Amino acid sequence: MNTPAPGADVVFVDPQRRALRQRKARRDALVGMLSLIGFVAVVGFLLARSPGWIAVQETFFDPEQFADSFPGLLEAFLLNIRIFLIAEPLILIVGLLIALARMLKAPIFLPIRVIATIYVDVFRGVPTILVIFLLGFGVPALGLEGVPNDPIFWGTAALVLSYGAYVAEVFRAGINSIHPSQRMAARSLGLNSWQTDRFVVIPQATRNVIPPLLNDFISLQKDTALVAVLGPIEILRRAQIDASFSFNYTPYVAAALIFIALTIPMTRFADWVQARAMRRRRAGAVA
Amino acid sequence: MTQGQQVDPMLSVRGVWKAFDGHPVLRGIDLDVGASEVVTLIGASGSGKSTLLRCVNGLETVDAGQILLDGSIDVTDPSTNLDQVRRRVGIVFQSFNLFPHMSVIDNVMLAPRKVLGHSVEVAREDGMRLLKQFGLADKAGEYPDRLSGGQSQRVAIVRALAMRPELMLFDEITSALDPMLVGEVLDAVRALSRDGLTIVMATHEMAFAREVSSRVCYLHGGVVLESGDPSTFFDQPVHEQTKMFLKRINAPR
Ligand SMILES: Nc1ncnc2c1ncn2[C@@H]1O[C@H](COP(=O)(O)OP(=O)(O)OP(=O)(O)O)[C@@H](O)[C@H]1O
Ligand SMILES: [Mg+2]
Repeated sequence: MNTPAPGADVVFVDPQRRALRQRKARRDALVGMLSLIGFVAVVGFLLARSPGWIAVQETFFDPEQFADSFPGLLEAFLLNIRIFLIAEPLILIVGLLIALARMLKAPIFLPIRVIATIYVDVFRGVPTILVIFLLGFGVPALGLEGVPNDPIFWGTAALVLSYGAYVAEVFRAGINSIHPSQRMAARSLGLNSWQTDRFVVIPQATRNVIPPLLNDFISLQKDTALVAVLGPIEILRRAQIDASFSFNYTPYVAAALIFIALTIPMTRFADWVQARAMRRRRAGAVA
Repeated sequence: MTQGQQVDPMLSVRGVWKAFDGHPVLRGIDLDVGASEVVTLIGASGSGKSTLLRCVNGLETVDAGQILLDGSIDVTDPSTNLDQVRRRVGIVFQSFNLFPHMSVIDNVMLAPRKVLGHSVEVAREDGMRLLKQFGLADKAGEYPDRLSGGQSQRVAIVRALAMRPELMLFDEITSALDPMLVGEVLDAVRALSRDGLTIVMATHEMAFAREVSSRVCYLHGGVVLESGDPSTFFDQPVHEQTKMFLKRINAPR
């Protein structure tokens, strides 16, 4: 065995130790695999032997039903995606505006600040589905001239109002998380208050809130299904119709899978962004 | 407002008082700084050096007294536009406070562009010239988290200089640095003083204070207890308090 000279610029691991480590890594992987397979086998065995299993299988996992309803569900899901894509940018705008409104300090802006605060208090307190009911059934019932009575419009509006309140709070927390010394440095260079917010505080705050915002997006994706209560044929409503025809719940399971297929990549992306932000912050903390 | 033939000092602090939550920190400070002077503030921790510097460019409001620039602009007058004052008075802090979301050159260009209204080209050319002057040309595209402490602090100095201030305030700008990196920042300050920039600085680097200062001021009890040219101040201090402070500072730590 040739040991390098002390101080040599190489990575040196004792070959015996290396072999030991590799053996242990292989053993760990094998044990993990066997344990998982064993667990699945036992659960599967118990399930298959349980008295209701056949019924469960027929009601929730009927392949024929699945194949029948899947294309329709996918098509209906386009409406969910459309609602999501329209609501999301509006939510970001509403959230940022409300957060900024709540931070206006001049006495003259007191009314704006009060309105923004009430808005956040109200829409954070009321369940989203209730807002959807109120707007979706209530406003068209007024029969006002020139006001749309399209349920998709009001469902989307309700999501925007409800999520806007949450996102406003996320933005506000992000703005408050910027250290006062940043603002002080900007002001000391002669930037006025607005320029300081615009060029120094908001860009940093926005970066800090991306991970929590992504989490809110994920939950918005799911909540597009709430619009179903107003009647438009989005994925949940579609599944409901299919299920009521066949007395079979497989369409619901199919709809769930479609949601999961969209949220999993999004969740992983959010995790990745969060981990990266954490690394950045740790690197920046040295300064 | 000029009195007779006398030239107004660039900075004139007159009877400034400042308290925090009922604790007086400045108790009637007087200080005049002429053009191209380098005035060093020394004093125990908590003696109000930072507070005084922050009052000078309006980051802190004063309770009484006046702070005049060029004998004409009163920083303490509530009707004074502080953004105007800050164009003329630069400040660099102990903790560099660079903007982490901007590259070095963007940090430097921000205020000239947004406050002075310079075009990107002009601001960039000017900024690059300054960066080069302070040995930072190759760091222009870097983000602050990739800089050493000494480089960060030099960027902060360049960022303040890019506004072409008439008066520069340095608040213990080497205190957060590794001893190894202090020298490069002091070199930068030395160069500025040689170029005739008017500087007021707080520092704990006594050897440096002795070398570059035109005047050293000892803050104690909320006033300038003693001041003088560096050799007189350090070699023949008059007040008992000053002697004790200098002895403590010079004692091996
Ligand atoms: N924003 C503030 N609020 C309350 N107290 C403050 C504030 N800023 C400073 N002080 C207090 O004022 C006093 C003077 O502080 P200052 O930072 O001016 O001292 P300093 O001479 O710069 O000290 P050091 O050498 O430690 O930097 C301290 O007692 C400090 O606690
Ligand atoms: Mg200080």
